[in-house]
Amino acid sequence: MNAPTKKGSGTVAKSPLFERMEKHRRRAGRVRDDVVVLAHGGGGKAMQDLIDDLVVRELGRDNALLETREDQARLPLEALTAKGDRLAFTTDSYVVSPLEFPGADIGKLAVNGTINDLAVGGATPLYLSCGLILEEGLPIATLRRILRSMGKAAREAGVHIVTGDTKVVARGAADGCFINTAGVGVIAEGRDVSSGKVDEEDVILVNGYLGDHGAAILVARGELQLDSDIPSDCAALHTLTDALTSAVDVHAMRDVTRGGLAAVLNELALGSEVGIVVDEHALPVRTEVKGFCEVLGLDPIHLANEGKVAVAVPASQAAEALAVMKAHPLGERASIIGRCRAEPPGVVTLDTGFGGERILDVLVGEQLPRIC
Amino acid sequence: MKFVDEFRDPKLGKQLLQGIARLAAEIDRPLKLMEVCGGHTHAIFRFGLEALMPDNVDLVHGPGCPVCVLPVGRVDDAVAIAEHPNVVFATYGDAMRVPGSKKSLLGAKAEGCDIRTVYSPVDALAIAQAEPDKEVVFFGLGFETTTPSTALTVKQAAALGVTNFSVFSNHITIVPTLKALLDSAGENIDGFVGPGHVSMVIGLQPYEFVTRDYRKPIVVSGFEPLDVLQAIHMVLTQIAAGEAKVENQYTRVVREGGNPMALQALLEVFELRSYFEWRGLGTINHSGLQLREPYAAFDAEKRFAVPQLSVADPKACQCGEVLKGALKPWECKVFGTACTPETPIGSCMVSSEGACAAYYNYGRLSVLKSKPEAKAATRPAPRPSDEQPEAAE
Repeated sequence: MNAPTKKGSGTVAKSPLFERMEKHRRRAGRVRDDVVVLAHGGGGKAMQDLIDDLVVRELGRDNALLETREDQARLPLEALTAKGDRLAFTTDSYVVSPLEFPGADIGKLAVNGTINDLAVGGATPLYLSCGLILEEGLPIATLRRILRSMGKAAREAGVHIVTGDTKVVARGAADGCFINTAGVGVIAEGRDVSSGKVDEEDVILVNGYLGDHGAAILVARGELQLDSDIPSDCAALHTLTDALTSAVDVHAMRDVTRGGLAAVLNELALGSEVGIVVDEHALPVRTEVKGFCEVLGLDPIHLANEGKVAVAVPASQAAEALAVMKAHPLGERASIIGRCRAEPPGVVTLDTGFGGERILDVLVGEQLPRIC
Repeated sequence: MKFVDEFRDPKLGKQLLQGIARLAAEIDRPLKLMEVCGGHTHAIFRFGLEALMPDNVDLVHGPGCPVCVLPVGRVDDAVAIAEHPNVVFATYGDAMRVPGSKKSLLGAKAEGCDIRTVYSPVDALAIAQAEPDKEVVFFGLGFETTTPSTALTVKQAAALGVTNFSVFSNHITIVPTLKALLDSAGENIDGFVGPGHVSMVIGLQPYEFVTRDYRKPIVVSGFEPLDVLQAIHMVLTQIAAGEAKVENQYTRVVREGGNPMALQALLEVFELRSYFEWRGLGTINHSGLQLREPYAAFDAEKRFAVPQLSVADPKACQCGEVLKGALKPWECKVFGTACTPETPIGSCMVSSEGACAAYYNYGRLSVLKSKPEAKAATRPAPRPSDEQPEAAE
């Protein structure tokens, strides 16, 4: 832009109309549409309004870093190094259908899911990004609820959403709303939790009922004409994992998500080349979820969760780990569900209670698509 | 969970197992018992029952998994129908991965066909009503267990005047199959654990030829572990006493006369085909069902041009021998190497009720433990392509 001439700038700037207009131009934008339109991703005024009115308003509360509106978040290193000696960095995309379901929605899921990916590495989660891919036609009210829920989940977990991006695609090119969140956390010095560190003397614990999220999503889709009020277990696990790693020598942790407990245990068994025996009767599963699985021919051990963690600790510290879990609000139903052994390495088996043992493998295909 | 946990009580299970061991010792010769139904195969493996059988009792896993016996040619026909523009092809989930000669339904779906998983034919009819400009085809699969619900749905479609709904019938019937099996491999088998949910529809009388003509005991059984153990106990009791009777263990579900209303619907809508192909077993006369003339408008085979070619099973596949009980799944040349649930060659590896998939998923341990020499002998050396590590997510 050319610099205005002395004469022009002098006279216009003093005009009350100009000042009023400029003040107005600097007001936070408002979205007046009822639904998302392509212009909301177009880089112009409509996009600015959407970011002001929805993203910053809902995510930016008590969040100075997002308010600065730079193209990148600038994170002070000093605050990070004070907490530990390694950064943990992860990303996850959320495409769950439906967008809202009992117990959570895609927004809460996108915050807690990424927090959990950091937490199970022993990290303290600190910062998240938020990439939104919106489909033309998504009701603004729905988007607002999702973002409000994201903001709430982040505040409750004590993490900040510090940078983001919004794109809009034509109707049919996405399904309502997809969210990507990346997360940064710090791992305290000396903490070393890894799926390669499970020992043949370890026991495995989980922090509560399995399969709630998968069941909630299936019911919420309404395709099966099943009635139930099982809520998703979507929750941020970092305070629980922190309490555990502070109290006992945690060898490995994994959040139990898609593929269920079976997938996680197989990862641990293969990662550490140990055998794992699961006691089927020790698995915490709600009666409703059990019944639901019987009807549909599913197995709770393969169902998705969003607030569960599987932990490997030395057998000598099992009781202590269980007590720490049970003392936490997210671990009231915690249970020791299995033990490790040397043979056969990399294989997870299930003790059925009949004296029979069977292999517990991962599912080949999808049990349910678009669960998170 | 009520009405389920009672039938999974390990204490009672142990008592039954002791009884089974006593009877097996008393009979004192190698015994082969066939569970006809895939649901039993699944239960046996899910609860690890096979490993608990006495040494001289061998469980043979029969052909009662409808997905497993679906021949390649019929999968190709299904894909051909699904590839018609404007068709919504509705199927039970198990059939999605069954390999055709070129692709499975899952492959066709990925290429853009509108293939949807349903839990019931009624769901498919609902799609037809909701989307009247589409042609909805339901993949009719299964024995007498599922056929009545297909029949009732066809009747409902007729009553409602729904014209964009049809059924690609691959429904099959158990009795001719049992007979074919007894004729070809009968001497191998000492007794049967009979199908539970099929019998809920057809009752007990149709099995009488098994005892009369072939002198084999058959006990209709439920699907919980205690059901299966009790049925095995009952079969062994008959063998020990030198008897061959039709007995009913599953009395809480199966009535002697079956379900007359379901049978009536089935007979009203369906009739026997003169022959039908089974994967691995070849053609069995009067074993398949097609829609009767008054319901021909709902017959997808009449509505769409389907290739109807009989396609040979892949050479390496020994599903037929497995289905007849002549081979144990792990004795097949390609078991667990070229043929896995991920890349199935034969359909026994596809469905969770298939003997091979059950062995692969649940039973490998018993193979590892008890049959190391057999495993080593039957497993070909891995080809270079098998050795590549699986990609991380």
